[in-house]
Amino acid sequence: MPERTLAVVLRQDGPIPLDVEFSCDPGDVLAIFGPSGSGKTTILRAIAGIAQPAYGRVQSGADTWTDTTAGVSWPPHQRAVGFVFQEYALFPHLTALGNVITALGHLPRAARRSRAQELLDAVHLAEHAAKRPRALSGGERQRVALARALAREPAVLLLDEPFAAIDRAVRRRLQSEVDHLRRTLHVPMILVTHDFEDVLRLATHVLMLDRGRSVAYGPLSALMSRPDLSWLHESVGLGSVFEATVSHVDTERGLVALTFDGGTLLAPARHLAATTVVRVRIPAREVILATSAPTGLSLHNVLSGTVSAIHDDPSLEVVIVQVTVGRLMLLAEVTRDAIVTLNVKAGCHLHALIKSVSIDLLAPETNPH
Amino acid sequence: MDWSALRVSLWLGVGTILVLLPFGIWFGRVLAYRQFRGKLLVEALVTVPLVLPPTVLGFYLLVTFGARSPLGRAFQAVVGQTLPFSFEGLLFASAIANIPFVVQPIQRGFEAIPSDVRDAAACCGLTPWQRFQRIELPLAWPSVLTAAILTFAHTLGEFGVVLMVGGNLPGETRTLSIAIYDRMQAFDDRSAGVMAATLLVVAVVTLMTTTTLSRQIGSRRA
Repeated sequence: MPERTLAVVLRQDGPIPLDVEFSCDPGDVLAIFGPSGSGKTTILRAIAGIAQPAYGRVQSGADTWTDTTAGVSWPPHQRAVGFVFQEYALFPHLTALGNVITALGHLPRAARRSRAQELLDAVHLAEHAAKRPRALSGGERQRVALARALAREPAVLLLDEPFAAIDRAVRRRLQSEVDHLRRTLHVPMILVTHDFEDVLRLATHVLMLDRGRSVAYGPLSALMSRPDLSWLHESVGLGSVFEATVSHVDTERGLVALTFDGGTLLAPARHLAATTVVRVRIPAREVILATSAPTGLSLHNVLSGTVSAIHDDPSLEVVIVQVTVGRLMLLAEVTRDAIVTLNVKAGCHLHALIKSVSIDLLAPETNPH
Repeated sequence: MDWSALRVSLWLGVGTILVLLPFGIWFGRVLAYRQFRGKLLVEALVTVPLVLPPTVLGFYLLVTFGARSPLGRAFQAVVGQTLPFSFEGLLFASAIANIPFVVQPIQRGFEAIPSDVRDAAACCGLTPWQRFQRIELPLAWPSVLTAAILTFAHTLGEFGVVLMVGGNLPGETRTLSIAIYDRMQAFDDRSAGVMAATLLVVAVVTLMTTTTLSRQIGSRRA
């Protein structure tokens, strides 16, 4: 299967207003994040061809699936799309195996059953192959839906709130399975979610949607270090996200050292092995700024950097300061009073103090089962 | 016991199902999934035979398909029989009278399939025909079965339309319910009783079959 970039432009005034433009490369996960009713699902439906935008263009590699100006619109069954629906939309009259076989029409009849079995094996459902959806748990249904979506060898994988109906414990495991897919499958993946944790754990890129309009779009870490996303500040809180490598595991003190482009942080250890690459989030409200390096504190993490941006939005209680540490851009939430007292200005040198327990490790679980 | 009347009744029941079901599946699906101008009117027209007195329906059928009307001549050209006083004519009238019993349950059956499930079928690469065959029809099947049973039961009991259109020709248009009336008129209570009991047995067996079949479908999906 050739690797194909997905490029999408959608515009319409109603029934659900939309104004978005984005693309997604193979191996990337673009999270479309926004409140319910912001048009997220409509975007996926337009990509799959089960909804027609008033104006739009959907391009998968060299194939133009939709081009409203040229009157092009491939029917959904001709688009190589894997779609995991929010409520999974399994075929209730077919077994798990039957559901997957249904999506294998491109294979010769004789090869379908064994391929379907392989796909169910891959999502750890081999022993449930003969069960109908009603006899499966939520998590199991979700994995049948995933196997069915992958069966078609899609050129793009669409996931509509894939974890919304699943309890927390199972959710983590499924998230790491999806993360595993991203690294092995090499197709563009579009993940629609209203849960910011999904974004933090899985996305490489983010499109933030508000009433159908794109309010921010870009790579996850770049977007998460922008100080000016007041909307994000209000909904989930700001905080920079970056990748770091576990450089040292101190089991005695219960800490791991995380090395990134610009320094090292200490965080409470989980079951992490050295050299693991983890995703780290530092919530802006947990970062303290100081003009001189403090002593005598129970603090492990002091990062020195320069102020690269200050976002003072009068509608917010606090000021967002962006501090550049090496290549990392850290966000800190401070009061206006502190800005005046410390005389914080762009270009001035500061120390960022971070409690190690405040550091979120969004580690992919290395062994999902 | 009028065996030929029983035969006519059963054939009429089965024949009506065979004639009407393909149409009902097509039309019920159209009404379930398509939005078009005048849909409300069409849905009302489909229901009309349900509320119209059977004699009125029979009257209009006679007027519309009488030997002298263009539609009547067309019917004769296609079927080879006139509409009145022929089994074929009776079958046609019965099909018209049963439209609501077929179309409505089937329409509800297709409507009950979640739209996500149909969309998922399209996203699995199934063509519209494959979607219909492999996903929609199997899921709507219990409704189709209900429609068939209703039609069969309703046809067995139909009296007014049969009397108006078919008359009372033995072996051709005399159904069991007409024969019962006939026997009662002739003070032959015994024959009428036997035939009434026969219809009762057929009705009970039909209902039992339906229940069993729908239970089986239900348990296969559980």
